[in-house]
Amino acid sequence: MKIQQISLFVENKPGHIATPARLLAEQGFGIRALYLADTQQYGIVRLIVAESQKAAALLESHGFVVKVTEVLAVEVADRPGGLADILDALDGSGINIEYMYAFPYLREGKAILIFRFNDSDAAIAYLQKAGINLLASEELLK
Amino acid sequence: MIANSILETGVADCHPASAPDYAPLDELRALQISRLHAVVLRAWKNVKLFRDRLDQRGISPRDIASLEDIRKLPFTVKSDLRDTYPFGLFASPMKDVVRLHVSSGTTGKPIVVSYTQEDINVWTSVMVRCFAGCGLHRGDILQNAYGYGLFTGGLGAHYGAEGLGATVVPTSGGNADRQIMLLKDFGVTAICCTPTYFLHLIDRAAELGVDFKSLPLRTGVFGAEPWTESMRAHIQRASSVEAFDIYGLSEIIGPGVGCECRRHDGLHIFEDHFYPEIIDPETGEPQPDGVEGELVLTTLSKQAMPMIRYRTRDITMILPGRCECGRTLRRIGRIGRRSDDMLIIRGVNVFPSQVESALLQIEGTLPNYQIHLTREQGLDQMEVQVEVTPNMFNDKIGALQGLHQKIQSALDHVLGIRVRVALVEAHSLERSQGKAKRVIDRRAE
Repeated sequence: MKIQQISLFVENKPGHIATPARLLAEQGFGIRALYLADTQQYGIVRLIVAESQKAAALLESHGFVVKVTEVLAVEVADRPGGLADILDALDGSGINIEYMYAFPYLREGKAILIFRFNDSDAAIAYLQKAGINLLASEELLK
Repeated sequence: MIANSILETGVADCHPASAPDYAPLDELRALQISRLHAVVLRAWKNVKLFRDRLDQRGISPRDIASLEDIRKLPFTVKSDLRDTYPFGLFASPMKDVVRLHVSSGTTGKPIVVSYTQEDINVWTSVMVRCFAGCGLHRGDILQNAYGYGLFTGGLGAHYGAEGLGATVVPTSGGNADRQIMLLKDFGVTAICCTPTYFLHLIDRAAELGVDFKSLPLRTGVFGAEPWTESMRAHIQRASSVEAFDIYGLSEIIGPGVGCECRRHDGLHIFEDHFYPEIIDPETGEPQPDGVEGELVLTTLSKQAMPMIRYRTRDITMILPGRCECGRTLRRIGRIGRRSDDMLIIRGVNVFPSQVESALLQIEGTLPNYQIHLTREQGLDQMEVQVEVTPNMFNDKIGALQGLHQKIQSALDHVLGIRVRVALVEAHSLERSQGKAKRVIDRRAE
């Protein structure tokens, strides 16, 4: 149920996202999702790619500081209240969302949200109990 | 004799305290040797580190019979002050110490210097001689924009200016707009500050529509950082100030070790109190007059904290010959660089090793870093760029901001000045032949 996500440290300067993106493209890694969390000075690029360990090793070999973290991909109906349903499922669980972003991709009228929770295992249990569909890596990356 | 010198030169820059400036050379040398003997004896009796070092070399204070014999004595270095922190080099009991000042050390701990009442009196007298040599006297209104507090600059200049009989405006550093208002409203005639701060005041005054050239301000006594002839030319073009270079360091006494006279041909060292030598910084061998080397100073009259052959790390030379002003005091050339890696930022001493010790506290390992120095609107700016290593990196933005904040406060704490911190990508900092370049100084550009 857990998805591997690659995070990169980048300075907030023109061209600083292009280099890792080009590197991955040249080696045939398709970027499934990309999200940038930034401050005025620097940022974190979060990527979801197939074969994340290989992609991380490639980036590291080119001098990037990389971290592989586990996130959850949640399928949600693309309608008002879709996100609220998920949050309701976690209400009272004490589970904290460290960050989240929406997948810029729609499939069969559904959206995909990526979450990083402080406790992934507990989050999986709560979400599944509420009947919320979590995507496995194969489904997400196919 | 004194009167003659003044008549000959026609320069009315004399105060009763300035008499020793013109002492006949034989009298000056006799005074120096008797004071040298006394201070060596005092340090030997009261400072264990010094006594142990003499013992190791089989030297006793009796072996110091002439000024040349000073070469037999071991050097004192800045790390000796750190190693004996806080009071290990004091030669007076605390009940006789009336003042402590603190300056930056080479790592986390600062260095402490102490003064008896007599030391304060000597300090005041040499500062009076500095100001008198710059042509200041009773009736001058002096704005003292050196920082007051632990730094020796503010209080040293303050006591000297009062001793001279001038009217002191103790503004301390900062708040340029208020400095400019007071310069104008009080009809201030003289100012003390770092030369870069004065440049900043000039620029700010222009923005405020205040013409520095129209102010009665005519004398500037600038020090606490190295500066250049081109800065002097700029200052004298942009204001009506005659700019003087003053030299000093906390370890010896603070400001007032030496100062230019109106000839502006080197800085006279008040060598009845501070005995200068120039050595080769590599070998420690004495250098003849006119040859560049490291300035070594011995405090001839200091009581609370005698410094014997203190290596200043400042590179200069003793200028040969006598100054046309008539002073018998020898002169050193303007100090342009140092034999170690100390940086002077807004008048504050900073060592790259301090930055390292602060960064080491953060993660326990030393990330690659670089210090960038620039000058913005006449003020020194220091930015520390730190490469983010895998063990520092966290994919939560809040954690990175926390890291940024931690580095910022560790540096503020260790350096005592505000610096900028930038987190940069790994391997992004310039290296020369694989060796990290630690300091990029673009202040002269």
